[in-house]
Amino acid sequence: MSTFDTVIRLVYLAAATLFVVGLHLMNSPVTARRGNLLSATGMTAAILATIVVLIESGAASLTAWLVVAAGTAVGAAVGFVMARRVRMTAMPELVSLFNAAGGGAAALVAIHDFLHFTESPGAHILIPLALDVLIGAVTFSGSLIASGKLHGVVPGQPIVFPGARVVTLVLAAVMLVTTVMIAAGVGGLAAVVILSLAALAFGVTMVLPIGGADMPVVISLLNAFTGTAVAMAGFVIGNDVLITAGALVGASGAILTKLMADAMNRSIGNIMLGGFGTGDSTGTATATGGGQVRTVSADDAAIQLAYASKVVIVPGYGLAAAQAQHQVHELASLLEARGVEVKYAIHPVAGRMPGHMNVLLAEANVPYSQLKEMDEINPEFPQVDVALVIGANDVTNPAARRPGTAISGMPILDVDKAKSVIVVKRSMGHGYAGIDNELYTDPKTGMYFADAKKALAEMTAAVKMLVG
Amino acid sequence: MSSEFVTDLTIFVLSLLVGFEVISKVPTTLHTPLMSAANSIHGIVLAGTILIAATASDLVGYVIAFVACVFAAMNVVGGYVVTDRMLEMFKPPAARKAQEVTANGSAEVTR
Repeated sequence: MSTFDTVIRLVYLAAATLFVVGLHLMNSPVTARRGNLLSATGMTAAILATIVVLIESGAASLTAWLVVAAGTAVGAAVGFVMARRVRMTAMPELVSLFNAAGGGAAALVAIHDFLHFTESPGAHILIPLALDVLIGAVTFSGSLIASGKLHGVVPGQPIVFPGARVVTLVLAAVMLVTTVMIAAGVGGLAAVVILSLAALAFGVTMVLPIGGADMPVVISLLNAFTGTAVAMAGFVIGNDVLITAGALVGASGAILTKLMADAMNRSIGNIMLGGFGTGDSTGTATATGGGQVRTVSADDAAIQLAYASKVVIVPGYGLAAAQAQHQVHELASLLEARGVEVKYAIHPVAGRMPGHMNVLLAEANVPYSQLKEMDEINPEFPQVDVALVIGANDVTNPAARRPGTAISGMPILDVDKAKSVIVVKRSMGHGYAGIDNELYTDPKTGMYFADAKKALAEMTAAVKMLVG
Repeated sequence: MSSEFVTDLTIFVLSLLVGFEVISKVPTTLHTPLMSAANSIHGIVLAGTILIAATASDLVGYVIAFVACVFAAMNVVGGYVVTDRMLEMFKPPAARKAQEVTANGSAEVTR
């Protein structure tokens, strides 16, 4: 190994170390931001080292340099602008989009390499190559569909078409056969093209039948897939840092997927097969959609709240989106000053991003002791006079207790068991899962259609007016 | 089977094991940022797309290399920026306390 090679390999090693340390620091909110910064530093070092390798080898033509420079500049600019502009609540779908890009890039690395073989390189290259194309293409189309579902471009409900299972099985068989052919060195370019197309189609049929509520878990799983595809690309082009970083993401992504599924009390298998196994998954979902809704005014809501003895506030992503955490705290303090017992019920996935809500409320100086986890607060709902739901939807939908809906089996807050319910929401629009919320048509529920910030300010003013 | 391949395989397996261990006990609070962080790390594929571009010599090769570089750069830059934006919201309690202390004009040190 020449000195030059040694230095480059050591830089790659340092980068890999920074990735591991960076991920580890993400275990705690206190060090997370520093972890991300370390990881980005490692990434910058690895990319710069790679550019140095290319300069030193002198292999790249001027055209190749221009292609690299232009491609990287365009991608970096697009990625930067999208990441800066995205709304807080739309972040998961953006992550999915970036994940699709990564998977696509990994697959393209393998395809490009395949086109440049002058002789068969042997199974130890061809097997990872086939796997790279397979996993990369599945994750590319699958992540695009997942992102589309969250963005509302693709309907969020599980989409099941007749014969879907047969199509999936045929695609799986085609992928298996072409993968074996590529590994054995037969079939040539045709096998790679067919594998790519089958894998792209498989990614679509894999994600379409899964409901929108499960998308964060699916995105996490596809993220792990991309990591694995990148590791395979590392085998194909013989690059250590791709193997290390890819395997790291593949494994940590898999663990994270499991943790996320656990938080929702679902198994990964259950989620992935969601649309396949249950034949009744679309029929009953809208059965109770036609009910009447009752609206309440700020004054009515204020009276209900001010004369209650126990109020539970259920914050959801609407509160996060409206940045109304300070207003909710003001209203709660006012009620407490009157002797009302106030608690906050925090669903594990409240606000679309797990844990997001705790942070927002803590920022508004809500005492941690008032924040109650789902399991802790659920038994208390029957004694609650008023449940004030602010911009939360699917996590309060009683439909989850019945089988056959897009959110069946998802743990929910038992808001419908409270004596009365006030829901602050901008419209009757659907949540993540794209289904009607039966809570809204419950006779004891009053709907208050407004932006969370505005609604809370009005209620606070009304409480002050009415009860001095 | 070359020794180089066996070395690569060793690296692969050990990296997998590190990946399994490194995030074993993460609070739900950090699930989404962690997913995003892992997402940016596989942006390392940019190193791969830069290397393959060097071997491109015809139009097809250039097009593939260009698209691959766009995708990979988007993944890596966008990934890190969006993760950082998420983590911005997760201000450490120490910073919050510091803010409160300044706001209250009190010099009380709790820890």
